[in-house]
Amino acid sequence: MSSSSPSNRPRTIRVLLAKLGLDAHTIGVTVIAKSLRDAGMEVVYSGLKQTPEMVVATAIQEDVDVVGISSLSAAHMNHLPRVIELLKAEGVGDKLIIAGGVIPKEDGETLKAQGVAEVFTMGTETATIVRYIEDWWATR
Amino acid sequence: MGNALADKVLAGHVPSAARVIRRLEDGDAEGRDALTALYPHSGKAQIIGVTGPPGAGKSTLVDRLITAFRKRDKRVGVIAIDPTSPFSGGAILGDRVRMQSHAADSGVFIRSMATRGQLGGLARAADDATVVLDAMGFDLILIETVGVGQDEVDVIKLAHTTVVVCLPGTGDEVQAIKAGVMEAADLFVLNKADLPGADEAESHLATLLHLEMNDREWERRLVRTVAEKGEGVAELCDAVVAHDVYLRTSDAFTSRSAARARHSLFERLRELALERAIDGIERSEELQHVLGAVTRRETDPYVGAARLWQALKN
Repeated sequence: MSSSSPSNRPRTIRVLLAKLGLDAHTIGVTVIAKSLRDAGMEVVYSGLKQTPEMVVATAIQEDVDVVGISSLSAAHMNHLPRVIELLKAEGVGDKLIIAGGVIPKEDGETLKAQGVAEVFTMGTETATIVRYIEDWWATR
Repeated sequence: MGNALADKVLAGHVPSAARVIRRLEDGDAEGRDALTALYPHSGKAQIIGVTGPPGAGKSTLVDRLITAFRKRDKRVGVIAIDPTSPFSGGAILGDRVRMQSHAADSGVFIRSMATRGQLGGLARAADDATVVLDAMGFDLILIETVGVGQDEVDVIKLAHTTVVVCLPGTGDEVQAIKAGVMEAADLFVLNKADLPGADEAESHLATLLHLEMNDREWERRLVRTVAEKGEGVAELCDAVVAHDVYLRTSDAFTSRSAARARHSLFERLRELALERAIDGIERSEELQHVLGAVTRRETDPYVGAARLWQALKN
């Protein structure tokens, strides 16, 4: 049922989960997708082997609030900064960009300096990721 | 009256169109204001519903149809619907996985949408999203429903052309006849037609079509496809175009558009009426009396509802 005061209605958080580059591991991203769904979010999953251009076009068409990039190959250092650059160029640089997977600490620091909000390495509890997104959502 | 967001949509600005759809989906006034400005620019696109049971290959077929229509220089909008979890309110929207190759094509706009509690195979905002994409100049808008059972055919109320996707080996003639889905179709697709049982399924469907065909102006067609391999997709594409030609050369496009408008109007009226009525009733003292009486089983829910309605009118 719709409400007569729609501006007070809580909006549903929309998240894009994508895998960049050539890695074909899907278990991690599937687990995260389910956790976000169980937390009441709408998760757009766009599949494997995405290019930065595909991720950005998808993020725009889907008007997601959060872009989560899973990387289990070394492609993140090339592709992630490109995603951020393209989002800014399209005038939608206000999305929360997070990354997860096998990302060495020093790479993580570099990525954060380039605009990735947080990097969740292997072994992170899914609840931590959910809370991180919810906290960001509450303060924006 | 001008609307800045709507002007950007009309100029083809994709982020603005996505934002309007989002606001409409969230039931936000900003979205409705933009829709008011966009609505007069809509009404041109052929809206094509693609429905069928889970696993029938709807997403793959939509993907192949996009390719085929892009080759014919058509701009294609897609609204792909997946179910919302009734437990968490969240959803995993995975239809895009099979449509990846179109992600960076500016002639294609794909929006995944969760049902958010709406029954019937659609999302509430699917109707609004077609208006936005139509006003933006997309020639065709494909609505892919959630995987449906037998009577979830709301897509026919939005679509000019309804495509029902079937599979071999999923039911006998009786199963097919009782299904409302069968009556909904303008075009049937027998997908995965390389599977065992395809010939039997085709003859069953053909018989059904033949039985029902008499009083219809449009001769409903059955197309065999193997979407995964692209087989039969050109024929399906031709059939969709043929249906569009039929619609526009008869008065069917006008009459279906009128039925669509009536449906949209009454849906919004129903929401508004319900919202206003519930609002009023929740604030009335009578509610507590009636609720108490129904709980104590002194009054039944029909009589109770009538009393509340009367109280609202006074």
